[in-house]
Amino acid sequence: MSTATSSTFGERLRNVGRQQFVWAIVAIVLLLVINVIKDPTYLSISYSDNLGGLRGNLVDILRASAPILMIATGMALVIATGGIDLSIGSAMVIAGAVAMEFLSASGSSSLGTAGLALLLALLVAGVLGVVNGVLVSVVGLQPFISTLIMMLAGRGIAKVITGGQNTTATSEPFRWIANGYVVGLPVVVLLAVAIVAVVGLIVRRSALGLMIEAIGIDAEAARLAGVNKRAIIFTVYVAAAVLGGMAGVFATASVMTVDVSNTGNQMELDAILAVVIGGTSLAGGKFSIRGAAVGAVLIATLDKTVVFLGVPSSATPAFKAAVIVILFLIQSPWLHTQLAKLRSRRTTTPTTAEVTA
Amino acid sequence: MSHEPIVEMRGIHIGFPGVKALDGVDFRLLPGEVHALMGENGAGKSTLIKCLTGVYSIDAGEIVIDGSPRQLAGTADAQEAGIATVYQEVNLVRNLSIGENVMLGHEVRGRFGISWRATHRRAKENLERFGLGHLDTRLPLSTLSIAVQQLVAIARAMVTKSHVLILDEPTSSLDKQEVSTLFGVIRQLRSEGVAILFVSHFLEQVYEISDRMTVLRNGRFEGEFLTKDLDRSSLIATMIGRELSTLAGEHEVRDGVAPGQREPLLVAENLGRKGSVGATDLAIGKGEIVGFAGLLGSGRTELARLLYGADRPDSGSITLKGRKTAIGSPAAGLANGIALSSENRRDEGIIADLSVRENMILAVQARRGWMRPLSKKDTDEIVDKYIKEFGVRPADPDRPIKNLSGGNQQKVLLGRWLATRPDLMILDEPTRGIDVGAKADIITAVQKLAEDGMSVVFISSEIEEVARVSDRIVVMRDREKVAEIVNDGTVSAATIVAVIADEEGTAQTVAALDVSDETFPGTTSTSTPTGTSTSTERSES
Repeated sequence: MSTATSSTFGERLRNVGRQQFVWAIVAIVLLLVINVIKDPTYLSISYSDNLGGLRGNLVDILRASAPILMIATGMALVIATGGIDLSIGSAMVIAGAVAMEFLSASGSSSLGTAGLALLLALLVAGVLGVVNGVLVSVVGLQPFISTLIMMLAGRGIAKVITGGQNTTATSEPFRWIANGYVVGLPVVVLLAVAIVAVVGLIVRRSALGLMIEAIGIDAEAARLAGVNKRAIIFTVYVAAAVLGGMAGVFATASVMTVDVSNTGNQMELDAILAVVIGGTSLAGGKFSIRGAAVGAVLIATLDKTVVFLGVPSSATPAFKAAVIVILFLIQSPWLHTQLAKLRSRRTTTPTTAEVTA
Repeated sequence: MSHEPIVEMRGIHIGFPGVKALDGVDFRLLPGEVHALMGENGAGKSTLIKCLTGVYSIDAGEIVIDGSPRQLAGTADAQEAGIATVYQEVNLVRNLSIGENVMLGHEVRGRFGISWRATHRRAKENLERFGLGHLDTRLPLSTLSIAVQQLVAIARAMVTKSHVLILDEPTSSLDKQEVSTLFGVIRQLRSEGVAILFVSHFLEQVYEISDRMTVLRNGRFEGEFLTKDLDRSSLIATMIGRELSTLAGEHEVRDGVAPGQREPLLVAENLGRKGSVGATDLAIGKGEIVGFAGLLGSGRTELARLLYGADRPDSGSITLKGRKTAIGSPAAGLANGIALSSENRRDEGIIADLSVRENMILAVQARRGWMRPLSKKDTDEIVDKYIKEFGVRPADPDRPIKNLSGGNQQKVLLGRWLATRPDLMILDEPTRGIDVGAKADIITAVQKLAEDGMSVVFISSEIEEVARVSDRIVVMRDREKVAEIVNDGTVSAATIVAVIADEEGTAQTVAALDVSDETFPGTTSTSTPTGTSTSTERSES
């Protein structure tokens, strides 16, 4: 029998290790360390009077995280219900197309027009979510198929909206969303953090999170317990699409151009990765918004690191894949059981932790 | 039976964080015998089985199989040691064919990989041993009833020519006929020298089939007995450590209200759904316990589901408290003060990964909607109340419900439904697969609820239980209501079985019984003696 204090400490340490996103934080730190090794000034942050805010690689990483944070949050909710949303990237490009087309057509760069463009973009993205929601919750199609259809259709719709062009617009207020600063910090980062925090609060302080998890774990039992499965599933798809729309606004506002072929392209995969890295199972059920957010930041860090290290663009996907596979290995319960076995063999005191794991 | 034991477990210790699950348990299995493992929920039966099948690794103790000590580090080790297991809930692959299920992992290989023809032939041979030779092995498993699936699971387990077969609650979803088929198979295996470990909560079955029993209580070994030396009351006393008077008691007519005089709460007319249950008239009074009796598949569950809105009826209407009410979804059922505790605890009851607390408040929360979360105080109040009232063990609301034993899961679910303060509580098999102690607790709770004015629909395969608890019994057969019996205290299981078993010959008495039902909602009260008098007639015929 080990003493009480050492066992509780060990347990606490093990619990921290079991919070999967902790490993994602470790990975972020490691990537940063690698960058610092290449360039010791990598982490330096300076204040730029020109921009009216902070400047540096860390700021860039956070800025790049913003759209991924949006879509990862939405994806986490959808995945928790046992679904998946492949059309999130298309929601991004639709929102971007609507905003750019509206701004360029109106020709005005007033604050009101920019606000209207933002609203309109989110609304149209929301409509995409409504279609997803109806297909999945009312018609009962498989989420994978429904959102795959909308992924293809969505990009087509975006092309129709812009007439196949990469529409460019000018609107200072709209550009400010992505490039502006408030109290020295990038607006886009503040907005993204605020939105994630609000969604997280809504989900955990109301009973929405409980019901989403109940549906994801056992949809029939949840229905029999009186949970309005349809309404909740519908809600998460709409929420995911609106968050996708916000991501699209972030992605297009920085360059004030929508690239109908590339904006949001394959971003759904980044979102799924971020969610899984954050410890939410693709099988649905228990989910972690916080974890998904950490996952999103990790993916942004990875993207920036790849560029910074000068990994040839042809090798970039392989590099990304390698890092993520290693991370998943570290997180896997299998590895932990193996390690625990090794430990218990060495100390010969039997651990019961892996029995219940 | 002077053989050496094929399995011998000595001084088994195993603990989970905060719990001592097994504390120095001894257990042995002799070849050619059926050995029943007895104990209440949480006594450690499942844990002991999981130690023997390699699911859990033991903290201390010794497992000797066929004379050699073994370290079982996984289920594969156990299988290799000749131990085959069939669990309570059938663990087969529903969308594979019957033959593929039987031979999964033991496919017959030919020159060009797996020879499916030979595999299916072998599957058929294996099934024939168990009287299942008539099955088409190429049909999907899901075309079989649960009972036959159970036999297929045994056939699958015995493909490896195991010396030890563990059957964990194999009969919990079988009807009488199916049980006797299963017992035939068990006897045959016993005569072939297989050692069988049998776990069941049905005492009759244990006494019918077992040669020897080991009793556990609170993770401790209480003793090993020859079945013929231990009578039932001693067994129960050993299992729970107290005499159980509730097990015997006859039904008492409660509070003197004749069934016909109760104010109706719910009246269903012509309620039915194609392919599930025929148009049924039914009335349930305030504070009344109505039992649904019938064999598996008789429509008793289907009828309950229609009342709650789990399935949408396609004919008929429901009048609730005098008002016509459409109940098309469980949410609507709950909103109208109806709750249904499903017979399928694992798939339709618990949300496995959620905690006891979350499981308990789910229905209340669902009725409030997600935007109006229960306060922490209200949550704790509900959770504390029912954990205490039903004696949920362990009394830890943060534990995932999947880690609780079946009986304790059931108690949590009861709490979930009662927390919604329903007017009508429908309990479908609330006592299935749980031990006598928890059973008595639940039945006492049901009776108390009715006394407090709640109406209860009580469904159980154990007809004695229905007879003991119910004020009125609705008998179902072949998806139709065939009779209604008013319970004046003389109705026994035999009475009900006679009604269920009867075919054409008693159509008249059945009709007579129906009369009592029709007069039920009315004000004239001529109905009381009808049920009993007809039942006496029947037992004479």
